[in-house]
Amino acid sequence: MGFDHHLPTRRELLVGSGALFAWSQMPRIARAEGRDPRLLVIVLRGALDGLGAVAPVGDPDWASLRGDRALLLDGKPPALPLDSFFALNPAMPNLHRLYKSGKAAIVHACATPYRERSHFDGQDVLESGISKPGVTASGWLNRALLAMESGGRVDPRGSRALGIGSVTPLVVRGSAPVMTWVPQKLLPASEDTQNRLLDLYQHTDPKLATVLQARMKLASLGGAPGAGDPMSDDPTLAPPGIARVRAYFAEAAGTAARYLAKPDGPRVGAMGFVGWDTHIAEGAASGQLYNLLGALDGAFAAIESNMGEAWNETVVAVVTEFGRTARINGTQGTDHGTGTVAFLIGGGLAGGRVIADWPGLKPAQLFEDRDLKPTTDLRAVLKGLLRDHLRVEEKVLADTVFPGSTEVKPMGGLVG
Amino acid sequence: MSNAAKAEVVLALHRFGMGPRPGSIAAIGTDPRGALIAELDRPLTLTAAASLPTSAKAYRTVADANARRTARAKQAQQQAKKQQMAATQVAAGEQSQAQSEGQAPAQGQEKDAAEMAAKQAADAIPDPGRPIYLQEAKLRTEAALSAEIGFAERLVWFWSNHFCISANRIQSMSGAYEREAVRANALGRFVDLLLATEGHPAMLFYLDNLESMGANSTAGINRSRGLNENFAREIMELHTLGVRTGYTQDDVISFANVLTGWTLVPPGADPTHGGEFTFNPRLHEPGGQTVLGKRYEQEDAEQGRAVLRDLAAHPATATHVATKLARHFVADEPPPALIEQLAKTFRDTEGDLKQVAIAMVSSDDAWRGPPSKLKRPGEWVVGMVRATGITLVDPVRYTGGQQLLGEPLWRPSMPKGYPDDEASWIDGVGRRLDVANNFAERITGMADPQVIIEDVFASEIASEVKQAVGRAESRQQALALLFMSADFQRR
Repeated sequence: MGFDHHLPTRRELLVGSGALFAWSQMPRIARAEGRDPRLLVIVLRGALDGLGAVAPVGDPDWASLRGDRALLLDGKPPALPLDSFFALNPAMPNLHRLYKSGKAAIVHACATPYRERSHFDGQDVLESGISKPGVTASGWLNRALLAMESGGRVDPRGSRALGIGSVTPLVVRGSAPVMTWVPQKLLPASEDTQNRLLDLYQHTDPKLATVLQARMKLASLGGAPGAGDPMSDDPTLAPPGIARVRAYFAEAAGTAARYLAKPDGPRVGAMGFVGWDTHIAEGAASGQLYNLLGALDGAFAAIESNMGEAWNETVVAVVTEFGRTARINGTQGTDHGTGTVAFLIGGGLAGGRVIADWPGLKPAQLFEDRDLKPTTDLRAVLKGLLRDHLRVEEKVLADTVFPGSTEVKPMGGLVG
Repeated sequence: MSNAAKAEVVLALHRFGMGPRPGSIAAIGTDPRGALIAELDRPLTLTAAASLPTSAKAYRTVADANARRTARAKQAQQQAKKQQMAATQVAAGEQSQAQSEGQAPAQGQEKDAAEMAAKQAADAIPDPGRPIYLQEAKLRTEAALSAEIGFAERLVWFWSNHFCISANRIQSMSGAYEREAVRANALGRFVDLLLATEGHPAMLFYLDNLESMGANSTAGINRSRGLNENFAREIMELHTLGVRTGYTQDDVISFANVLTGWTLVPPGADPTHGGEFTFNPRLHEPGGQTVLGKRYEQEDAEQGRAVLRDLAAHPATATHVATKLARHFVADEPPPALIEQLAKTFRDTEGDLKQVAIAMVSSDDAWRGPPSKLKRPGEWVVGMVRATGITLVDPVRYTGGQQLLGEPLWRPSMPKGYPDDEASWIDGVGRRLDVANNFAERITGMADPQVIIEDVFASEIASEVKQAVGRAESRQQALALLFMSADFQRR
């Protein structure tokens, strides 16, 4: 059983590392130590399929659960082995390399406290840091920055948050000042948006459906006329389809890294990437999810290279509002689920491991008989990063950054 | 409010107005037809336009800038030539042996340097036409966004397109033209609208009448030049009678002769009246003319005005205008009974455009059909922004979006104006998706799709749309799907 073989060691790791790092004498002022930490949060909007990204290839129920859609070590293409139990989607060679060198960690079977299935509300909980949606207009990262500012714990020159994109992600919105940067080329409507619109038209307006279908056909042939930023003065056409998505991810993430790397730049930042709601044709080892994960992997590479020296003091947390169903649905995709993964990368990370209290994949082990059961509260991971990397006090974390989370202890040992 | 009543309110806002905005459904209440009619009694003037130049002033400003640009360029060119020549002479004195070979390239350089200097000097004086155009666009769009219903604004847009000019030819005047000639008369009598638009310098410029001269006029004889038929033809074909309604080529020529002398005061010639309409008798073909069987003997601009008055009163004009109105507002193939009703009102009231508009919204025929019209890009964009409650406009972004969607503001490619049928616009729906997606991304933080559905549209939207919006992966996607839905694009 996966549970028997893996849980003890993972439990040990969690408990052990928690105890190890819960020093009462932990230096509280990052600057006083000569450290200058950076934290970038990337929100994957649409609920990433954690199982399709990081597959439990050692779980005996895995292959049968996903059938020929299961990511496998001997699949086509083969998954990239992480440890004896988990393997990474082959679209992510950079992440694999970082993981092998201890600069990446993966948290599996994790979730926010949100247990419903609405993206909007799920994102609200994820970014606000409050277990109920719609309560506040500020995000946990902004409140954490405020707490650090008041204690003089961050370089005042960088006492701003960075928001990438024309909409500042909620996670960095709030009373601490936010500087924003909007990529020159905005991402055109995703394939997913087009598919949904087409579906809507097919039910409501056949004429519009025909037109949209023609456009999509043209785009698939590589001749999409609708590329680029439609509001831009510069009509230069960007490359079509996934190449455009890759370019956008890399440009946006790379720019975030350049700002965070500046001596007088912001120290925390956030950005969002859309497109993870893979209801149809998810295609873990090729297709939608594979393409997006590849683009995300390219964004990781851009961050690493653009961070320069600051890479060693950087942590990037990649989180999503919830996961997807454990089983494949009728349209070769997955539906809204609960447990998923979080990626952590950065030179400051004590990585090289998949952190999971693995719940198992038998029907009775699934959440509501459909989702990967969440066993790790994502807030524990984030609180661990904020405490040990940015040196935010534990009490502040429990009171104002993630209000009402006293029970959720920060996960220790994430940063080296 | 019953569901049927609510549906009619929403239809009123989409079909005759600029689309629902927060609070508009409640404001119209249970009597959408009455509310549409009541809106016609409010003044159509743009109060903020007081700060904008008149068309003549705008035209003079641009002409002045152009003149200064030319002068500066000449000056810079001459200076550069002098300097280059002096440099060449020095070089020649020092190295006389290289003179014969060196001459040609030195001359080439001299020319390049002079041209570059001229261009730089010219570019140092910015074109004032574009900022004026953008300011006008901003005010016009803000009026559409802040109108309660927007029926009156839609009528301004309709008539502006009917009597279109192009900013590609006369950018400085394009906004002021609409304000001065169209907006001021859109709810008045058709004949006044006709006289104001055809007599406007922007129209005379656009339809090439400035240089049109009678073959027997003083200027025509002296310069051996003559008539331009364009203006007369478009007035009959597009603005009044409609194509193939019985006028002949001889009518066009006679009418063109009538219109000779309709021109404007040269902008440089008069610092206070440059750019204004003037009748120049030296260009005017002398004598009487016969148009549509009637003789016009007047000697001056009154001759043209008399023809225009008769064209305005012609029954073919009533039918033409009624058909276009019904096609624009109601259906690509409007009910014949509705067209006849509008044409009759037009004839009975001597072209009272407010009465025609009232007749349209009072007729059941205008409400009965399903929402089959595809909104034009301009309506759709404004509708989208209205739904979010935003009332301020970045004119660069707005006009850029309009251009991308194939309906650049005040820049139709032909005097016929922008078409009004689905076939002309449906292929642009893909581009609309780019714009919707982009706009949705910009406003996700401020607009909640559920609130728009419930409060702005009073849930008068297909259940499929509600479902798609509810299931979207992000607010941005939800908004894009909502704005792209048939419920939002059709009216």
